[in-house]
Amino acid sequence: MNVNQSAPPVPPFGQPQPVYLGHHQSSYGGQPGPTTAPTSYGAYNGPVPGYQQTPPPGVSRAPPSSGAPPASTAQGPCGQTAYGQFGQGDVQNGPSSTVQMQRLPGYQPFGSAILAPVVSQPAVLQPYGPPPTSAQVTAQLAGMQISGTVAPASPPSGLGYGPPTSLASASGSFPNSGLYGSYPQGQAPPLGQAQGHPGTQPPQRSVPLQASSFTPPASGGPRMPSMTGPPLPGQSFGGPPVSQPNHVSSPAPQALPPGTQMTGPPGPPLPPMHSSQQPGYQLQQNGSFGPTRGPQSNYGSPYPGAATFGSQPGPPQPLPPKRLDPDAIPSPIQVIEDDRNNRGSEPFVTGVRGQVPPLVTTNFLVKDQGNASPRYIRCTSYNIPCTSDMAKQAQVPLAAVIKPLARLPPEEASPYVVDHGESGPLRCNRCKAYMCPFMQFVEGGRRFQCCFCSCINDVPPQYFQHLDHTGKRVDAYDRPELSLGSYEFLATVDYCKNNKFPSPPAFIFMIDVSYNAIRSGLVRLLCEELKSLLDFLPREGGAEESAIRVGFVTYNKVLHFYNVKSSLAQPQMMVVSDVGDMFVPLLDGFLVNVNESQAVITSLLDQIPEMFADTRETETVFAPVIQAGMEALKAAECAGKLFLFHTSLPIAEAPGKLKNRDDRKLINTDKEKTLFQPQTGAYQTLAKECVAQGCCVDLFLFPNQYVDVATLSVVPQLTGGSVYKYACFQVENDQERFLSDLRRDVQKVVGFDAVMRVRTSTGIRAVDFFGAFYMNNTTDVELAGLDGDKTVTVEFKHDDRLNEENGALMQCALLYTSCAGQRRLRIHNLALNCCTQLADLYRNCETDTLINYMAKFAYRGVLSSPVKTVRDTLITQCAQILACYRKNCASPSSAGQLILPECMKLLPVYLNCVLKSDVLQPGAEVTTDDRAYVRQLVTSMDVAETNVFFYPRLLPLTKSPIENTTEPPAVRASEERLSNGDIYLLENGLNLFLWVGASVQQGVVQSLFGVSSFSQITSGLSVLPVLDNLLSKKVQGLIDSLRAQRSRYMKLIVVKQEDKLETLFKHFLVEDKSLSGGASYVDFLCHMHKEIRQLLS
Amino acid sequence: MVMLYGRKSQVDYRAKLWACNFCFQRNQFPPAYAGISEVNQPAELMPQFSTVEYVIQRGAQSPLIFLYVVDTCLEEDDLQALKESLQMSLSLLPPDALVGLITFGRMVQVHELSCEGISKSYVFRGTKDLTAKQIQDMLGLTKPAVPVHPARPAQPQEHPSISSRFLQPIHKIDMNLTDLLGELQRDPWPVPQGKRPLRSTGVALSIAVGLLEGTFPNTGARIMLFIGGPPTQGPGMVVGDELKVPIRSWHDIEKDNARFMKKATKHYEMLANRAAANGHCVDIYACALDQTGLLEMKCCTNLTGGHMVMGDSFNTSLFKQTFQRIFSKDFNGNFRMAFGATLEVKTSRELKVAGAIGPCVSLNVKGPCVSENELGVGGTSQWKICGLDPTSTLGIYFEVVNQHNAPIPQGGRGAIQFVTHYQHSSTQRRIRVTTIARNWADAQSQLKHIEAAFDQEAAAVLMARLGVFRAESEEGPDVLRWLDRQLIRLCQKFGQYTKEDPASFRLSDSFSLYPQFMFHLRRSPFLQVFNNSPDESSYYRHHFARQDLTQSLIMIQPILYSYSFHGPPEPVLLDSSSILADRILLMDTFFQIVIYLGETIAQWQKAGYQDMPEYENFKHLLQAPLDDAQEILHTRFPMPRYINTEHGGSQARFLLSKVNPSQTHNNLYAWGQETGAPILTDDVSLQVFMDHLKKLAVSSAC
Repeated sequence: MNVNQSAPPVPPFGQPQPVYLGHHQSSYGGQPGPTTAPTSYGAYNGPVPGYQQTPPPGVSRAPPSSGAPPASTAQGPCGQTAYGQFGQGDVQNGPSSTVQMQRLPGYQPFGSAILAPVVSQPAVLQPYGPPPTSAQVTAQLAGMQISGTVAPASPPSGLGYGPPTSLASASGSFPNSGLYGSYPQGQAPPLGQAQGHPGTQPPQRSVPLQASSFTPPASGGPRMPSMTGPPLPGQSFGGPPVSQPNHVSSPAPQALPPGTQMTGPPGPPLPPMHSSQQPGYQLQQNGSFGPTRGPQSNYGSPYPGAATFGSQPGPPQPLPPKRLDPDAIPSPIQVIEDDRNNRGSEPFVTGVRGQVPPLVTTNFLVKDQGNASPRYIRCTSYNIPCTSDMAKQAQVPLAAVIKPLARLPPEEASPYVVDHGESGPLRCNRCKAYMCPFMQFVEGGRRFQCCFCSCINDVPPQYFQHLDHTGKRVDAYDRPELSLGSYEFLATVDYCKNNKFPSPPAFIFMIDVSYNAIRSGLVRLLCEELKSLLDFLPREGGAEESAIRVGFVTYNKVLHFYNVKSSLAQPQMMVVSDVGDMFVPLLDGFLVNVNESQAVITSLLDQIPEMFADTRETETVFAPVIQAGMEALKAAECAGKLFLFHTSLPIAEAPGKLKNRDDRKLINTDKEKTLFQPQTGAYQTLAKECVAQGCCVDLFLFPNQYVDVATLSVVPQLTGGSVYKYACFQVENDQERFLSDLRRDVQKVVGFDAVMRVRTSTGIRAVDFFGAFYMNNTTDVELAGLDGDKTVTVEFKHDDRLNEENGALMQCALLYTSCAGQRRLRIHNLALNCCTQLADLYRNCETDTLINYMAKFAYRGVLSSPVKTVRDTLITQCAQILACYRKNCASPSSAGQLILPECMKLLPVYLNCVLKSDVLQPGAEVTTDDRAYVRQLVTSMDVAETNVFFYPRLLPLTKSPIENTTEPPAVRASEERLSNGDIYLLENGLNLFLWVGASVQQGVVQSLFGVSSFSQITSGLSVLPVLDNLLSKKVQGLIDSLRAQRSRYMKLIVVKQEDKLETLFKHFLVEDKSLSGGASYVDFLCHMHKEIRQLLS
Repeated sequence: MVMLYGRKSQVDYRAKLWACNFCFQRNQFPPAYAGISEVNQPAELMPQFSTVEYVIQRGAQSPLIFLYVVDTCLEEDDLQALKESLQMSLSLLPPDALVGLITFGRMVQVHELSCEGISKSYVFRGTKDLTAKQIQDMLGLTKPAVPVHPARPAQPQEHPSISSRFLQPIHKIDMNLTDLLGELQRDPWPVPQGKRPLRSTGVALSIAVGLLEGTFPNTGARIMLFIGGPPTQGPGMVVGDELKVPIRSWHDIEKDNARFMKKATKHYEMLANRAAANGHCVDIYACALDQTGLLEMKCCTNLTGGHMVMGDSFNTSLFKQTFQRIFSKDFNGNFRMAFGATLEVKTSRELKVAGAIGPCVSLNVKGPCVSENELGVGGTSQWKICGLDPTSTLGIYFEVVNQHNAPIPQGGRGAIQFVTHYQHSSTQRRIRVTTIARNWADAQSQLKHIEAAFDQEAAAVLMARLGVFRAESEEGPDVLRWLDRQLIRLCQKFGQYTKEDPASFRLSDSFSLYPQFMFHLRRSPFLQVFNNSPDESSYYRHHFARQDLTQSLIMIQPILYSYSFHGPPEPVLLDSSSILADRILLMDTFFQIVIYLGETIAQWQKAGYQDMPEYENFKHLLQAPLDDAQEILHTRFPMPRYINTEHGGSQARFLLSKVNPSQTHNNLYAWGQETGAPILTDDVSLQVFMDHLKKLAVSSAC
């Protein structure tokens, strides 16, 4: 369609940089200078092999990543820079310079592998030549370089280079110069890039040609998936064999006019491509890792059915555009796998400022050497533009996703607790920042300069210590607050409410006993469970028993409080009917120690289901229940948590009474936002009171129909609580899920009555916050409760110029009451780099965090703007980010090429997932409550959760040999990836599906389901039979391990191919077009490309 | 309608007709009276049966209802004692009586008595006034949205099921309730230093009234309120919880400085009226050293016929025995109490009813026999008395009206009939009819007749009631002046004297004691508030307005007995001259029984003579007043305060304040007598009072 139209001018986008790079470079080389390229190519081929060999070390990886090509591509220009960087890199590497650094591991491989092939020419040459060139250069090339850089990064790479260089040398020299020359022009300064590029673009096209030529060779080596199949000809990719299963897809044969594919992945030399004159639609990804991505990177496909995009002129074009080869576009799976392979093995050491941590999907250990672990804080970018102008230009939001109480893997130590005695923690007098490793001690240690506000403070005598020759305190390593990124202080009484140390918190269980709750069996189940669950309340450290006291309330239209004092023979029930003016009818005996009152509590829990067994009461209240819990905590003068188990819309006459206002007709109208807004302001007011009391509310919903989650979740949301929803709860089906969530929720460690404050060094400021909390002013995040799963997302804005030398610091201080009633301060410090080059910014971004932020931003936006506006805003912002990169950082190339920054090459696919999510584009089966539920869930999700939530994990169960016990590699979330002879698991953190292909072997069916044929499998099954065979055990084990990874229990649903339920399942195949109108990945990419092009022109 | 009018009716035995002598309507005897004849008269027609009681069989009999409303802001031992008393009372109730329990402190709890296993109560905030409707809604007493058919009155049989949760037959929940009472804890809310406990009496009572109102309207029921201190929060609060602010005194009230009084009074009046309207009576058992707000709450008992008991602690025999006495039974095994009564007064045409004073409320029934002048609660010919016991009395005031065209026929008789409908404690409905007739006498020509028929005791009590009634709403001195004026006018009318010659003044025997009663009345706590707290005044007035004549007279003029070796016990003058060293005095003021040992006797006792066999007579002397006091204690309700004191003892003040101060520090030496004990007071003595009275009576100026 449009694509086509547009296509001609700027057709496909090749993404994989690697590939492109190669091309580009070539092109560059060629154009600008003499056609070095050709030579280079020739050389390449030659070299390639050589390289490959040479880089033996990295090699292993390299090959696969063959993406190498990119490197090469990038190279031209990048190459140099890259090199430059490398050079630096070497030096820096140690420290971890830019992004690359982080990925070093990954890179290396690349370097070796990829570089060899593609890069060889440009990269090598250029780099060397210019090596030393200014950083600027590098910057420009950044994207490209990245790939290049990466490779080189490690020393070994160096070696690898060596060879290439040599090879290249001859020709290389020229190119280099040429390149440089060209750059310089463009360069002006780093900024110059922009200019440079434009100019370059044209050449790019030509490049493709060359590239194409390359490709073949390249392909020979690695498999470069190129997708470019530019549509021009309308040819389809089909041609190219899809040799590589993983990512690599076959390149589009003919179609690829442009040299789109770079990597000539599968051997197939795509000559046609070369024809490339076509404006190659190559997407260049600047993705650095040429190698890795290499394969994926290029997608130069046209925009096939971009129709969906709202903005796009959807009309299908006459020209049957060729589909963009899905294998050629960046694959999340590949990125994740690569990161795992490259960075999973070594611990991530936080000592150096501005390092990009491994992806959330990678398992890695963290060593705290002065910066907070990425488990606590993740940023959208670890390199902050020095000026707000730059930041505005890039449009990359500067945000940090902070999980202050994150749970750590057992191998990592939880933060040290520092006790400064009565004097309390040492703080800056002016800005009140807490002592941290970044504070500078001066005057022989008698004073220290605050790293946030530069104020000079006296060091109290008891804290004095001499400095060593480097100006460091000699006790720096003995004091957590001087050497670690995260630690805790014991708070003094000054940090406590009313200047009184807090009492231990309390848990109050508030159970709906109306007709619905009784009938579904919920009450009986819950009471039974509580009897044992209460023995597992969170306790601190090695405490023998939990300090937490418990209380019980049941309610329907009225509330029933229970006196469970240990001295009573029987519990006493106190009914409060005055729901209009709620109060707590008893003090003594309501909140009790579990052990002391064991007998009475057990008796109570036995009796509750009996007492209400015959209830006819269907109406419930809600706000008064929360009010009651809050008042109870107030009366007991402690913080705590309410566990509310609620079934229906609170229609009984009482404050907070709600009416059914669900109206699907509002969808896609300006009034749609009202569906997300609370019906009444009463709940906000209530929440405010709760927060003031440190009363956190966890809500378990068991609705059979509309309950107005949007309103009911207001209080949990503002008090840092969680909402769980079990639609149409039935004990048989949902018991496991509910109980598991409940156990986890009750047992998890929570901080109460917390206040969080984020301080930053001069120049940036925290301006916006997302998450489950309440704010009374613009700086203090108040959390009635905060658990280890909840995050607070903070957005920063410039209010002054930053400088590269000092970087940017942030300190997140969380004052909270532990579950034993101890008042503590948890401090997380993080130092970021600052950059004057946009390329540095793009090189040090983290797409997962970015998506996390953007999703939260968008989900908040739906409260005030029409959903369509929100979606358009997202698309626009994304396009701006990418366009800015393209304009300022990417090597010059054809306008038809889509060039994505390496770090952001998944941005389109992930963003598309966000856009298609239930909140922003609901399908017909999605209820208003579901949307509100998801909306508030996402608000406090961490990066790992949003990652899998938006892009579900799809695991083939029967592909790998049964004996293989490791988790099978995931496949992309697309129907095309499903083979009807296999079984797959799909999970997104909330749902778990087991998809069974129609032609799965009988043996497999038998061993997994215990039935003899596919047709006998019960669709919708939620529990797999426990069978004594390897496959069954393996699958069960896998399911268990998946569940263990997520904060909520995922109920299993077995879906059979071609079954009714499959629709539901397909909803989660996010790369495909969705029934509700969501675009497929390919379409969206095309659309995005178009947007970018519009911005560029 | 007025069916049977005994001997005052004119009966035609042949025609089986009788003529009503109030309205002169001729009526047919009902079939049951078919057999009557001149020799076979029904009881109604026999002169000796001025009072006849009929048992009504129709209508559902409803059980007795007792709703305990218990303050839990008590000291531990007080609460324990109260709990025991309550548990004891359960055993005294008939098995089918319905009982309910409300406890209160900072909150109010209505206990549901029907549940097994887990004790359940409905809790209300103590600070919030609720309407009857709200209370019933919150207690789940309202019927679940059944469309109301206006034509069809609600079926009464639904009541038991609805109310069953809170009011249960004692035989069903005896054990339950006993346990529940046993487990009652003191109000658990902490009371900070310097504060009073928060006590929600106003709301508790409101809920009790609302509960009965919703479940058993127009059925006899007793709300028994036990309080150990003043209401300190919510509607009906009498004092704040700051201990440093004392509860209002008469001084504060006079200075208009009792900031909660009016509001609280209004609250309790509203409750009292609602309870009365539904035929429920409210008892107040207040045991505390300080005031408890009886002043504000008095209307609850006064309007509903409930008991008011005041004591120092629930852990005293005064309370325990008083409370026990409430459940005393007659020889038929029935409680000496009746419920939900209405009293109707009918008069022959020359008489009109001006009003009633006693534990009643007006039913606002106008009629031809209702006077336009109100005395007491007037403007009606019917009153409601929600709780009755054998001592309950009403003072009823009549007016003789001059019929312009029909002068009162000489020799004729005026008739009055009292018709009392009530629920007997056996749950029967009964009607008691008392008819009296009196001859007319002409005030001019037959003054002697009138004089001879004058009952000065009854007159004193009735006047006193009127005076006390006025004192509730008027300034003390005004009332005294009014009383004085009345007395003077009486003396002027019936005294024999020569104008302007006080010495000539004489009163006939039938009037002779009257001025003395008035003298003591003026000094009594019913009209004097000095030295009494507002609560005490209310308490005394309460009882004065309901006790029978004898008791009332004791209250006005306490009885003094003397015990000595000089002779058998004898009544002596209530005068300071009666206080002698070798006497033991026993004074009964109704509220107190004081045994006072004269100076010598006290010394003897201290010396222990009574323990010596040779002085056994002394021992007997000491014992005699104790025995007599026991006698009184046995029958008196409420239990009087029992005081054993001696010459010079601090509690002797109870005696000294009552006797006529014939000897004071002012006149002691002038009299030069050695007998008697001087009273340190500036009050006038009876002698002075009489002198003034005579002077004024004979004066022509008045």
